[in-house]
Amino acid sequence: MKLTDIAAPDYFHKVVDCQWACPAHTPVPEYIRLIAQGRYGDAYMINWKSNVFPGILGRTCDRPCEPACRRGRVEKDPVAICRLKRVAADYKEDIKERLPKAVEKGKRNGKRIALVGAGPASLTVARDLAPMGYECVVFDGDFRSGGMMRSQIPKFRLPDKVIDEECNYILDLGVEFRGGRPVESLKKLLAEGWDAVFVGSGAPRGRELDIPGRKEAAKNIHIGIDWLSSVSFGHINSIGKRVIVLGGGNTAMDCCRSSRRLGGEDVKVIVRSGFEEMKASPWEKEDAMHEGIPIHNYLVPKEFTHRDGKLTGVTFEKVKAEYDEKGRRKLVNAGEPDQHFECDDVLVAVGQENSFPWIERDIGLEFDQWDMPKVDPKTFVSTNPQVFFGGDAAFGPKNIIWAVAHGHEAAVSIDKYLSGEDMNVRPLPAVEVVSQKMGIHEWSYDNDIANDKRYRVPTRDNVIALKDIRTEVELGYDDKLAFQEAQRCLNCDVQTVFTGQLCIECDACVDICPMDCITFTHNGEEADLRTRLKAPAQNLTQDLYVADNLKTGRVMVKDEDVCLHCGLCAERCPTGAWDMQKYLIEMTQAEQACRSRA
Amino acid sequence: MTYIVKPKFHHPALPKNALGYTHRDYEGSVSTLCAGCGHDSISAAIIEACFELAIEPHRVAKLSGIGCSSKTPTYFLGQSHGFNSVHGRMPSVLTGANLANRDLIYLGVSGDGDSASIGLGQFAHAIRRGVNMVYIVENNGVYGLTKGQFSATADRGSKAKRGAVNNDSSIDLVAMAMQLGATFVARSFSGDKEQLVPIIKAAIEHKGAAFIDVLSPCVAFNNHLGSTKSFDFVRMHNEAVNRLDFITGRTPITVDYEPGTVEIVEQHDGSKIALRKLNAEYNIHDKLAAMSFLLHHAAEGQIVTGLLYVDSDPDDLHAHLATVDAPLNSLGEKELCPGSATLEKFNASLR
Repeated sequence: MKLTDIAAPDYFHKVVDCQWACPAHTPVPEYIRLIAQGRYGDAYMINWKSNVFPGILGRTCDRPCEPACRRGRVEKDPVAICRLKRVAADYKEDIKERLPKAVEKGKRNGKRIALVGAGPASLTVARDLAPMGYECVVFDGDFRSGGMMRSQIPKFRLPDKVIDEECNYILDLGVEFRGGRPVESLKKLLAEGWDAVFVGSGAPRGRELDIPGRKEAAKNIHIGIDWLSSVSFGHINSIGKRVIVLGGGNTAMDCCRSSRRLGGEDVKVIVRSGFEEMKASPWEKEDAMHEGIPIHNYLVPKEFTHRDGKLTGVTFEKVKAEYDEKGRRKLVNAGEPDQHFECDDVLVAVGQENSFPWIERDIGLEFDQWDMPKVDPKTFVSTNPQVFFGGDAAFGPKNIIWAVAHGHEAAVSIDKYLSGEDMNVRPLPAVEVVSQKMGIHEWSYDNDIANDKRYRVPTRDNVIALKDIRTEVELGYDDKLAFQEAQRCLNCDVQTVFTGQLCIECDACVDICPMDCITFTHNGEEADLRTRLKAPAQNLTQDLYVADNLKTGRVMVKDEDVCLHCGLCAERCPTGAWDMQKYLIEMTQAEQACRSRA
Repeated sequence: MTYIVKPKFHHPALPKNALGYTHRDYEGSVSTLCAGCGHDSISAAIIEACFELAIEPHRVAKLSGIGCSSKTPTYFLGQSHGFNSVHGRMPSVLTGANLANRDLIYLGVSGDGDSASIGLGQFAHAIRRGVNMVYIVENNGVYGLTKGQFSATADRGSKAKRGAVNNDSSIDLVAMAMQLGATFVARSFSGDKEQLVPIIKAAIEHKGAAFIDVLSPCVAFNNHLGSTKSFDFVRMHNEAVNRLDFITGRTPITVDYEPGTVEIVEQHDGSKIALRKLNAEYNIHDKLAAMSFLLHHAAEGQIVTGLLYVDSDPDDLHAHLATVDAPLNSLGEKELCPGSATLEKFNASLR
């Protein structure tokens, strides 16, 4: 097997599973350590730099980091990374002085950028570019900034004050917000002479469910995301006693839980697929069920029943899953009689779509066969070099953290474009690898492994939580729980670095390693090597670290999979062949340095 | 040593033995020896051997004397019996324990100071009596706890860390053990678990006095140029005569080897050892030849390792003394006080 090139920035980055999985590559272990030390403000700033909305994401993120977390492979549950982020936001001191300063009007660089939509993608672009002297103007149909974060996420999950705070940090950088002014024509906007336009208008259209009865019973059938935003802005404050929510995504979960707070007593979620395949995150399903909302599965809506123009219920066909030889799932009739559920209102949350009625098709901006704008996945530029896309508007519905990641990349592209550089040449991330050795057995991080199981986030009692739609359900960790949960982090960014020249092959590391990660053996093909280690390396998504320069001609093979990063190999090494080195990678964001470095 | 406790988490795919234990279940508390000490590797080899043989931990008694090596029983088999005796007196305590309870597996762990200096007499007599045990000497050629003076096994002409030359002749415990009648004699190296683990397994299965001399470099005081017990020196001068590929219970061995390269050694209890010969001439049953081979190579500065001598039909102290088959603690009043008639009969036999 080829020797491992640990100098390649990606190698150690992949070992930090959470950071690698995060679209914005937030340095997770770094901020978790700061939380454990009570340095909430510092932890917040690390987040703010990477993901722009720590308080919002700490409550609502889709958390791709958590399924990736190494702790989940070592014991059962991953570290509660997302809720620790919230801790940083909740307990930080005033950090306003640490934010970049707005560039005075007279000192700006003269370049003007229009940002369409005031959601996470546009705001990220504005945050990155405004401090560099760009004049950023954000347009939105709503009167307040935040986009879907404000309109579609219920207040009991994400209070307005958190959105206000974090959106204002950005607007205070000298970003102009023109609310209540939806952009109705891109052609007109371009004619206004902007140097660049960023489209972060989201995927604002809820998918229809066109089955019999839809028109007749329209009064009591609502499109989920529209209904949620009406609830958010206070236009709707009640719903019938019996509610059916159709759909199995996170929007459906928000719909059913909102219904419970607006008068819905018998609220149920009904999905086409099986419970396990539902798109909603497991914890959102749990939260819904905790509030007394059952989830029925394998039911395909067939017809809305109605009497005298009033909805009476929904009829479903019972299906079962069948798999063809390629493993593709097909839902087929289960051979059971149709089921009818009575209800007063139906919320349809079966998906979202992009819609760009305001983009003319004759302005040099091409659309593909699915009527989506052609966007470069690396630079986020459209076929019009002046127009960039990001967030849901770029590649369809995803989530906030992806929108932020897109925003950062688009900001780099816009900056390069407006300074006459090739935006396809992306500056490399900055990487720093530093030894953490403080003494013979002392490390600058806490290498003792906590055995604690994941701590539950305290919540308000259902009786109180269900009374008011604006009462936040989760209370968040207190400082003590936060410390205990933070201690579960394995510090995967503190890397085991091996230097073959120093090794005397005494086996001390092999003997002490609690996870049997390390083997000294003769090299071979990877597939063969994986079976010959002290413990078989069956997780093919995790790399083997192979190093040579040993006197016996063997190689050192370390399976990264379940390494606890406890540093015992380095403590036991008599020659310093093993060292624990902290790997910090700073992703490229638009800033002066990114240009000079390229 | 380390300041943190070894984490209890283990690899999710760790193999389990017939008892359902992983090798982690055979560990003791975390070692306080110097980082990189050869002794820790020997502890790991003992753990591995007991795990592979699926030995119930409560069936093992670990006994030791004084010294770095004698500290190690704390670091393996945390669920087994243990006795840390006076300096050099491990062999007599072990002998006594063995006489009292013949059902346990006796693991004597000692060092070159403990066995070749202060306890040389004890070592000799326990071997001579044929106590059924595994006697492991963790041999590093220095007194590590007193900062690196030459021990009795340091080779003449070898150098201490500061350059002093050793002018005394060395004691070769392997040669002594053979001469004293050990029925299983082996030498190995802490840095070669592939050789060491099967040797320990075979020694545990052997019913008789099994002696293993394990070269175990002292990283703090005896791992320099001029030492003959350093990692580099041992690796360069290792003359391995054979390798134990595996040992079995009573199941027949069905692996094909080139004729003449493998010898199947059947032990007294029916278990078998597959011995891969590295030196075709070497005969593990010929004690005289073995001793001459040993002396010849020692003179050339070579270290002979492997299973060096085995008696296929050994006996032990209990056989010599015709002791009762059961452990003493299992004997009831009836067996211990057989009554006046029996006493009469016994007294009559002495008249």
